[in-house]
Amino acid sequence: MERPLTANIRPGEPPLDIEGYERSGGYRAVRRALSELSPDDVLELVIDSGLRGRGGAGFPTGQKWRFMPRGDDAPRPRYLIANADEMEPGTFKDRLLLEGDPHQLIEGMILSAYAIGANVAYVFLRDEYRLAAETLRRAIAEATDRGFLGEHILGSEISLSLHLHTSAGRYICGEETALISALEGRRAIPRTKPPFPQLVGLWGKPTVVNNVETLCNVPHIVNNGAEWFRSLGLTSDSGTKLYGASGKVKRPGLWELPMGTPIRELLEEHAGGMRDGYRFRALLPGGASTDFLVEEHLDTPMDFESIQKVGSRLGTGTMIVLDDKTCPVAMLHNLEHFFAQESCGWCTPCRDGLPYVEHLLAAIDAGDGRPRDLALLEMHTRHLGPGRTFCAHAPGAMEPLQSGLRYFRDDFERHIAERRCPYR
Amino acid sequence: MLTPQETAEIEHELSQYERKRAACIDALKIVQRHRGWVSDEALHDIAELLEMPVDELDAVATFYNLIYRRPVGRHVVHLCDSVSCWLAGSDALAERIRERFGVRVGETDSEGRFTVLPIPCLGCCDRAPAMLVDGNLHVDLDPERLDETLERYG
Ligand SMILES: Cc1cc2nc3c(=O)[nH]c(=O)nc-3n(C[C@H](O)[C@H](O)[C@H](O)COP(=O)(O)O)c2cc1C
Ligand code: SF4
Repeated sequence: MERPLTANIRPGEPPLDIEGYERSGGYRAVRRALSELSPDDVLELVIDSGLRGRGGAGFPTGQKWRFMPRGDDAPRPRYLIANADEMEPGTFKDRLLLEGDPHQLIEGMILSAYAIGANVAYVFLRDEYRLAAETLRRAIAEATDRGFLGEHILGSEISLSLHLHTSAGRYICGEETALISALEGRRAIPRTKPPFPQLVGLWGKPTVVNNVETLCNVPHIVNNGAEWFRSLGLTSDSGTKLYGASGKVKRPGLWELPMGTPIRELLEEHAGGMRDGYRFRALLPGGASTDFLVEEHLDTPMDFESIQKVGSRLGTGTMIVLDDKTCPVAMLHNLEHFFAQESCGWCTPCRDGLPYVEHLLAAIDAGDGRPRDLALLEMHTRHLGPGRTFCAHAPGAMEPLQSGLRYFRDDFERHIAERRCPYR
Repeated sequence: MLTPQETAEIEHELSQYERKRAACIDALKIVQRHRGWVSDEALHDIAELLEMPVDELDAVATFYNLIYRRPVGRHVVHLCDSVSCWLAGSDALAERIRERFGVRVGETDSEGRFTVLPIPCLGCCDRAPAMLVDGNLHVDLDPERLDETLERYG
């Protein structure tokens, strides 16, 4: 089985330096692209590959790139930003790529910047990832020394300056327009779309924001072709995916596997099944802001379309497993506490609604819930849902809640009827 | 007044960005690295250096989990309170810190040794529960390992 993204990564060992990376075939894609391929060729390859964004929403990467203004009179500078803010609860995949193979990300960024005509790039990194910051700084310096970054890359007319920006810890900075505000030194509030960042982005200039894992796929697509990339997936969805599992499974971890690997295989083979004494109850397939899935969904392939069909989202592909000994109401309380705290406060439904949701859940969890609270919670899942807020934070927060109210109805009702948590 | 060292470090960051104010997060972090936190006075000095309104800089400073606008203890403990760590027993860690060091999440102990603050998901959910102490990551915690770890921070 091919594992292009993690081929160079040896757990517990430092990442390859630039020599090691080049020896294992690294920067070949940049050499080839700059000498043989036009930016449009790279763009076409990525469109044909079917690569979809790994940051959570699954937007087709090539299509996103195509919205960038092109040609001589397009505004300059143009920007590429790698979104390395990874703060979605339960998600720990970009960390592996950043710490484990920094040159792969840099190479992916050079190629992507080439395709979209960007000459300045940033890695927007969460501050807590200290090791990743050190690793990247070293790698950027090495790549600059070897002429892969800076002016006239490999003697060509292409230049790219790549900067590392470390943030200061706030989930909303991962939302691409909030990220742009943050990078400009403003309070990290999202912006209305349209205009999309490809037209009006960083400092008002055309900008593409892509997730780390998305960008890391690009060198492999350039090296091996679109057809190869499509063939990696088990379903109609392309490539491999970094999947993860946390919660009371035997072997929590992260695995690069073909896109479309069934949930059951991830859970039972890779994560080793549930720990002794615990039974599977439900899971969030791709981080905190995805809908719960239950037993009947375990044979679903983990790809964008299949997970959507059963009422959730692939999200970040790192699943959080709920067991039978943990109170689902308390878990939802924990999740909504997170969302309430991390709301940026711009729109009323999110700023005021999320603390209210948290408050209702806390009361039910503590045995102080009233029968009408469930209808109130349901009302919030609609009022904070898609289309009512400036960004997807509040709708994301409602995903585990709306599915939780459906799948854990009995638990909610018992908390209220017995005026206590039956799990304590 | 910013020290010459602080000013030099901030000015070094300016080269990364098109506009001065974009370096404000870096500037806040630089000052905090030297002084432990960001006082009103420091806020004014940074705003002046970056030619931005003080209240806009404060709107940035107060937005972030890792910028401290109040004094903190000698060591800052950020205990992850997100879902994977919670499933792995992070509540018990908070309880242990309260018992052993007499400090609740959100507080500093009476000797000024530890400030304990919550932090969202630290991105190591396969090794939960986790915390940061002065920026250093500690994983696979349980109450005993928590004690051992914190004892190392005097
Ligand atoms: C509240 C919120 C938080 C987000 N956090 C992240 C994040 O930490 N990392 C990320 O890559 N994308 C995050 N996203 C998605 C980004 O807005 C954006 O869609 C993504 O970076 C695009 O990259 P992709 O097309 O390569 O997936 C977040 C979105 C929302 C609404
Ligand atoms: S939905 Fe929430 S996080 Fe998003 S812009 Fe509105 S208040 Fe901010």
